[in-house]
Amino acid sequence: MADVTYTAPARPGRLKEFWSYFRENRGAVIGLYVFALLVLLAATASVIAPYDPTAQNRGATLIPPVWQDGGSWDYLLGTDPLGRDILSRLLYGAQLSFLVGIMVVILASTGGILIGLISGFAPKWLDSIIMRIMDIILSFPALLLALVLVAILGPTLVNAMIAIAIAYQPHYVRLTRAAVLSEKNKDYVISARVAGARLPRLMFITVLPNCLAPIIVQAALSFSNAILDVAALGFLGMGAQPPTPEWGTMLAEAREFILRAWWVVTFPGLAILITVLAINLMGDGLRDALDPKLKRS
Amino acid sequence: MIQFFLARLMTFIPTFLGVTIISFSFIRVLPGDPIIVMAGERGLTEERYAELQQQFGFDRPVLVQFWDYLTGVLQGDLGESFVTKKPVWDEFFSLFPATLELSIVAIILATLLGIPAGVIAATNRGKFFDRALMSSALVGYSMPIFWWALLLIIVFSGNLGWTPVSGRIDLLYFFPAETGFMLIDSLLSGQEGAFKSAVRHLILPSIVLATIPLAVIARQTRSAMLEVLSEDYIRTARAKGLAPARVNGLHALRNAMIPVITVIGLSVGTLLAGAILTETIFSWPGIGKWMVDSIFRRDYPVVQGGLLLVAALVMVVNLIVDVLYGLINPKIRKR
Repeated sequence: MADVTYTAPARPGRLKEFWSYFRENRGAVIGLYVFALLVLLAATASVIAPYDPTAQNRGATLIPPVWQDGGSWDYLLGTDPLGRDILSRLLYGAQLSFLVGIMVVILASTGGILIGLISGFAPKWLDSIIMRIMDIILSFPALLLALVLVAILGPTLVNAMIAIAIAYQPHYVRLTRAAVLSEKNKDYVISARVAGARLPRLMFITVLPNCLAPIIVQAALSFSNAILDVAALGFLGMGAQPPTPEWGTMLAEAREFILRAWWVVTFPGLAILITVLAINLMGDGLRDALDPKLKRS
Repeated sequence: MIQFFLARLMTFIPTFLGVTIISFSFIRVLPGDPIIVMAGERGLTEERYAELQQQFGFDRPVLVQFWDYLTGVLQGDLGESFVTKKPVWDEFFSLFPATLELSIVAIILATLLGIPAGVIAATNRGKFFDRALMSSALVGYSMPIFWWALLLIIVFSGNLGWTPVSGRIDLLYFFPAETGFMLIDSLLSGQEGAFKSAVRHLILPSIVLATIPLAVIARQTRSAMLEVLSEDYIRTARAKGLAPARVNGLHALRNAMIPVITVIGLSVGTLLAGAILTETIFSWPGIGKWMVDSIFRRDYPVVQGGLLLVAALVMVVNLIVDVLYGLINPKIRKR
């Protein structure tokens, strides 16, 4: 704060500027590294996973992790009640979780941004209708809405993604609309309009790029929330179905063994926590770097 | 003020109407015939099918069905459970106190711990306490609470044997549900040990349910405090020589509370979503478990009615928070 220099040098590139802000937040950088590592592990799961994630081995059920008595180097993190290698299942599970997170963000944000842009530029009556519909969706707790939608559509991972995306969409609509409303009457937009830009150009090329900062922060937030909610659905038996190595589903399968074999419960949950934590750390950094107005500290 | 209230009410009514449309259409418009589902594996004859269709009114135009449904809802008639044959409305309100009790204890826990944590973090900005508290808050915020619940069960119920794993009270106690709140009922019953048993059953579920709101409240309190602490009147108070505790506690916290109270009020949706998981894990006989069980049993009237009542609850609480906010902060009314 104290040493502000007014002899500004040539403005650094956008990415460079972003990085210099992002780097200030040490937690965010750690989050980024952990996230990058997890993505790498997920991407190479088929190469580095020691076993097929669904291969059962009746001779090796509930083997504890390697550092505990009875553990073996063959199964670093132990095996589950069906003798499946937990490490391999976690690695493949990472693929699913990232896929789900990305798909939910893409579905919810494209739909939400589009509706938000329309709402921001629309006449008042249409705007009111859209916002009321969003209020309606927001009245249902996201997990409950997703649970009921999945129950009707059928419990699969794809349906879980769609249901969660629907539940998250209103947040993008509201953010985009709010950003559009604050940008819409600024000089640059009016001059573009006077210059003869048509509505689609105004919406997507003139205004949208200036609304992206809060949306990107929201994307990080819903990425981590989506991973949590899909795992919760899997845990309740309404997400991915066994034997899919999805983290929440793994936890559900392990529930009855919690007092006998701590590792079957501990590792999948730890994987969820570390992934979500890394993304949330990055999200805080993104917020600080992209949107100084939202900056909290 | 009245104008503001009426304006909020005017947005409430169409939203409520929309919520009823959604909960109505979940059963009738989306794929899956409830009658076939109800018949289950046995199947049923065509005559019986037609009869049931007539009985439930599925053979009439959708608009007529909706009108019946809406007038029913407004009179407190949400249909009967396929499974228990009891009115959905009665079932909801007999289970609701369990969820309410759990939620109230959780939100008290979250507030009592979260606000001091946020204040301590803000007044020690950048120092050890700030970092430690905010790191913990971020972990809490990122926590898959269903896993957190299992971990707590492993440690406190499994290894230490301190707390029970499920239910609201030990089976050996039995007394009438006067209020539906186990803590109060167990005291009223006068049975020795009943209250203690109720408390022990409540500890783990309320910790689990409080985790995310606690983290949110701590983060929100910290950022609100930081904002207020940089205001001129705080500097004035400090310059006057007031004790730091008085400045932070009285001058700053009071103004920082406004956004925090909003966050607490708006966390009702989070609590209800959390209750679904928490109640399922701890076999807590409340709304969350009831909804999940009904979804698995394909008990459509319950799912439909429960969804509507939960949404209505969220809407009413949000309306109250909004109006209270307007009372506290006149600037908001102008919007």
